[in-house]
Amino acid sequence: MREVAIIGIGMTQFGELWEKSFRDLVAEAGIKAISDAGIEGEKIDAMYIGGMSTGRFIGQEHVAPLAVEVAGLQDLHIPAVRVEAACASGGVAMHQAYIAVASGMYDFVVVGGAEKMTDVVGGEATNILASAADREWEAFFGATFPGLYALMAKYHMHKYGTTQEQLAMVAVKNHYNGSMNPKAQFKRKITVEDVLKSPMVAEPLHLLDCSPITDGASAVILAPLDKAKEYTDKIVKIKASALACDTLSLHGRKRFDSLPAAVHAGKKAYEMAEIKPEDVDLAEVHDCFTIAEIIAIEDLGFVEKGKGGKATEEGLTSLNGEIPVNTSGGLKSKGHPVGATGIAQINEIVLQLRGEAEQRQIKDAKIGLAHNVGGSGGTAVVHILEVV
Amino acid sequence: MGVARYWREIPHRYNLIGKKCGVCGKVYFPPRSICPDCRRKSAGKMEDYKLKGSGTVESFSIIHVPPPEFEGKSPYAVALIKMDEGCYLTGQIVDCDLKDIHIGMRVEACFRRIQEDGKRGAIYYGYKFRKAE
Ligand SMILES: [Zn+2]
Repeated sequence: MREVAIIGIGMTQFGELWEKSFRDLVAEAGIKAISDAGIEGEKIDAMYIGGMSTGRFIGQEHVAPLAVEVAGLQDLHIPAVRVEAACASGGVAMHQAYIAVASGMYDFVVVGGAEKMTDVVGGEATNILASAADREWEAFFGATFPGLYALMAKYHMHKYGTTQEQLAMVAVKNHYNGSMNPKAQFKRKITVEDVLKSPMVAEPLHLLDCSPITDGASAVILAPLDKAKEYTDKIVKIKASALACDTLSLHGRKRFDSLPAAVHAGKKAYEMAEIKPEDVDLAEVHDCFTIAEIIAIEDLGFVEKGKGGKATEEGLTSLNGEIPVNTSGGLKSKGHPVGATGIAQINEIVLQLRGEAEQRQIKDAKIGLAHNVGGSGGTAVVHILEVV
Repeated sequence: MGVARYWREIPHRYNLIGKKCGVCGKVYFPPRSICPDCRRKSAGKMEDYKLKGSGTVESFSIIHVPPPEFEGKSPYAVALIKMDEGCYLTGQIVDCDLKDIHIGMRVEACFRRIQEDGKRGAIYYGYKFRKAE
């Protein structure tokens, strides 16, 4: 296996982008990443694109050739693959692209993720997102996607004494971080009281415990480490890429206070990178709901199981904490265009490791981790990056 | 939803028919074609098994923002229920004050209308749960 580096990154603004189509978003993120790498189109060997439900959001499947076409690479007939793993589509696309470059099959690969979620109206987006859960045995009976995370939240609160205020503090922190990210959907700071007063979605989760519906795209360029030097002097190496799966449904698992797939992917990633959780300088974790971040920091070994709420309250994961989490604002404030999320997380880690995160820069960041989850934990991807 | 998609799940949703592993004896609901503990050895040995219908609330949530099919039904309670046979499932809790629902509450299955396909479409039935006496 060859070592793999990231030589370019790009992302669009995240938000309700009514004037932009899926094609516009894919083109913009791709062009930004290619320009950042300073690489010519004819060097590109392959493309991987993560998208959760383009078929239902914009009535368009078969988006891999569409991405090739918007990139102007059709006459080169490069191979392109669309990857679907619900909210982990981007992270899984990254994993597949990593394997392709590490194996020696391809040299320069574009990995993108995109979702155009605001072209559907009313409750349609909620219904589409419910397809990340088990349609026959969860959604059929009235469980919503926030409802499944609410079940985990209630369970965690009952077992460990995690409080609604601690859940709210995740949102408060991530909005604070997002207020310094020009690409974030919500740049507004909020308070614990704002969260607790916002409308109830699925008890104990309020509206401000939930990530929003977002349009956006993100892309990165991968290259073999030995060729990366020709393109950039700020080389970020992929130290680990690990993917793990579990049951589609929440009720099919052995425990509900953890996402076992995320624990497994985390362990594999630490082994591959030959590091321990305490070696990580910052992390982007999949905070689709506030409880998800609390469970994530436990699953990744940053804190003991059950201590995630308390650790958040004590500021462990704040910008100036021991292990800053979601410096980008996370899914909560930056926005969650499902297919793009996994790649946007990589984008933030690369910015931080290159020292380009401006106001939200973590000093001397060397190693960063990205944790991307599909559905209620059926898929989990963990990447560990290091600046060399 | 096509009628066949609903009709083929009727035995499971109406009568709580799950599967029992012919090798280790573990009971699964929703039905599984392979036992995750016995794997290949269990192939072809998963037998139909009717659950008693009683269980305990492991966790629950009150849904305030429902999906389109449940429009007008909220707030309603969805729970993660540990059946007495050891397997878990997801179902609604009905016939009680939502405030009385708690983790550890004993419940029993009842047969109810779950949702309908628009105003003129098919009505879908299945299990919900109520407080056990
Ligand atoms: Zn068995």
